[in-house]
Amino acid sequence: MVKKSVVLVLPLLVLAACSTSSRKEEAPPAEVTPPPAAVATPDNADAVASAGAVGELTARSVTLPAELADRRIIYFAFDSDSISSDDQALIAAHARFMAGRTGVRIRLEGHTDQRGTREYNVGLGERRAQAVRRALGLQGVAESRLSTVSYGEEQPAVAGEDETAYARNRRVELVYTAE
Amino acid sequence: MIERFSRALRYVLVAATLMLVSASARAQLQVDITSGVTAPVPIVISAFADDAQPSAEVVGQDLSRSGRFALQERTRADYIVTGRALPAADGRVTIEFELVNLLTGQRLLAEQVTAAPAAWRNAAHRIADRVYQKILGVRSAFATRIAYVAVDGVAPALRYRLLVADADGENLRTILESRLPIMSPAWSPDGESIAYVSFETRSAAIYVQTVRTAERRRVSARAGVNGAPAWSPDGKRLALTLSSPSGNLDVHVLELDSGALTRVTEHPAIDTEPVWASDGSVVYFTSDRAGGPQIYRAAPVAGAAVQRVSFAGSYNARARPSPDGRQLAHVTREGSAYRIAVLDLQSGAVRVLSKGTQDESPGFSPDGGTLIYAGRERGQGVLATVSTDGLIAQRLQATSGDVREPAWGPFRP
Repeated sequence: MVKKSVVLVLPLLVLAACSTSSRKEEAPPAEVTPPPAAVATPDNADAVASAGAVGELTARSVTLPAELADRRIIYFAFDSDSISSDDQALIAAHARFMAGRTGVRIRLEGHTDQRGTREYNVGLGERRAQAVRRALGLQGVAESRLSTVSYGEEQPAVAGEDETAYARNRRVELVYTAE
Repeated sequence: MIERFSRALRYVLVAATLMLVSASARAQLQVDITSGVTAPVPIVISAFADDAQPSAEVVGQDLSRSGRFALQERTRADYIVTGRALPAADGRVTIEFELVNLLTGQRLLAEQVTAAPAAWRNAAHRIADRVYQKILGVRSAFATRIAYVAVDGVAPALRYRLLVADADGENLRTILESRLPIMSPAWSPDGESIAYVSFETRSAAIYVQTVRTAERRRVSARAGVNGAPAWSPDGKRLALTLSSPSGNLDVHVLELDSGALTRVTEHPAIDTEPVWASDGSVVYFTSDRAGGPQIYRAAPVAGAAVQRVSFAGSYNARARPSPDGRQLAHVTREGSAYRIAVLDLQSGAVRVLSKGTQDESPGFSPDGGTLIYAGRERGQGVLATVSTDGLIAQRLQATSGDVREPAWGPFRP
């Protein structure tokens, strides 16, 4: 096997609540639109809020071996949070990587396909993220190093309205962050 | 018992398409009437004398777009609206208007509306509301607003916007933009603020934003899920969904002034999508405690007893009560299709009102006569409305992007 390393650069927020990171590369912070001056006429003065204060960003890197860097997504069957035995082995490999690196954390991002109501899907995505969290926990990763977020159906990996697209969107992504 | 409304729709006719083009090029919503009643009331709206704006046109668009009226020549009309514009104090404009029954000669309305020049469309919507109510005997909601979420880009690089528009799609404003999801907008009962969920920090948080000023406050940002905000009728509390450290979702009530939090449900199932009954006595919510999602209710207090409300079918979720409290609009699954249905709380009867395959996010207009919801057509999110009698359907389609999660605002004073 080719011994290749991929560097994941992860922005960490030092001061404020706004942090951003994405699959392979650093994404810009949540878009900020400065609110225009308020004018008090009811029909024309609706101003734009800024989505998140911008804080100071510092970047730390987590270097993942290629066989993990390319395999950070666990897929699920429709309406299910069961992890396949292949994916259990993959989770064990991620847990072994975590074992030697105390400063490394994982954010587990749960997703569903687009069918069903949106907030209920947030619940289903959280169930999936928690299933992966428990599996990592059983492999010895401390709970304090794992966090979950569920995007429900709001962040599809791919567009499309067929079973192929749905299957790629029902997933949990393991996003590594460094302290 | 599920009564299919396609039967009723046999009697509808396809009406003319109205193009309502907004002032801003990016901000276009097209309103199509996809079906209407067979015998709309013939009415003529004369241009208002000395009016610097086409107010009478807006009145006419509102009335004909409702599907209940047809604009006609005077000789064929049953009613006529006339008016004139007059200067008022502080640079404002008054429109005096009259509604006359052309068959009897009886004057039914002689009123006036005063507004700032920039608010002329709102004045026109108020005139249309008065005419509609006088002739049909029920309220309309032309002078109200809707909020919704629009998404641009190609997955996974998406951009999310929260928008507010007049009920006719005009005066479109972006009130929030983000590279990360925005969801679940909910109007405060006074129509001044919108609560929503934003993932802008890569975790879920609930914000309350004043529409006019864009000032906003983060009201819930606990670890895990912060979702599905719903205003109490008095505007002092939010029902919302929070998760435990183990990921269990339960419905809570947050007092906005004090920050005091009450956990309403305590069950290992997913409990979410709360909404208040219009009298504030109970909260309806979605739970999969019986397997699939169904609608339940509980008093908005700690450890409340929970009662199941929906029974027909294997998937019923995201309830929204009618203004009179007698019905619940919700999403139901028929085969593999998700559709908008209305449950009569007294009789338990269910009527399916939409015909799409992925219809969702229903809500009543403040007058209770119309449901707004989101559907999908050719891979794009669209907004649609249907009258609660099933007879009149409209589509509000953004010219670009993907739109979803409409929320119809309350009547404004």
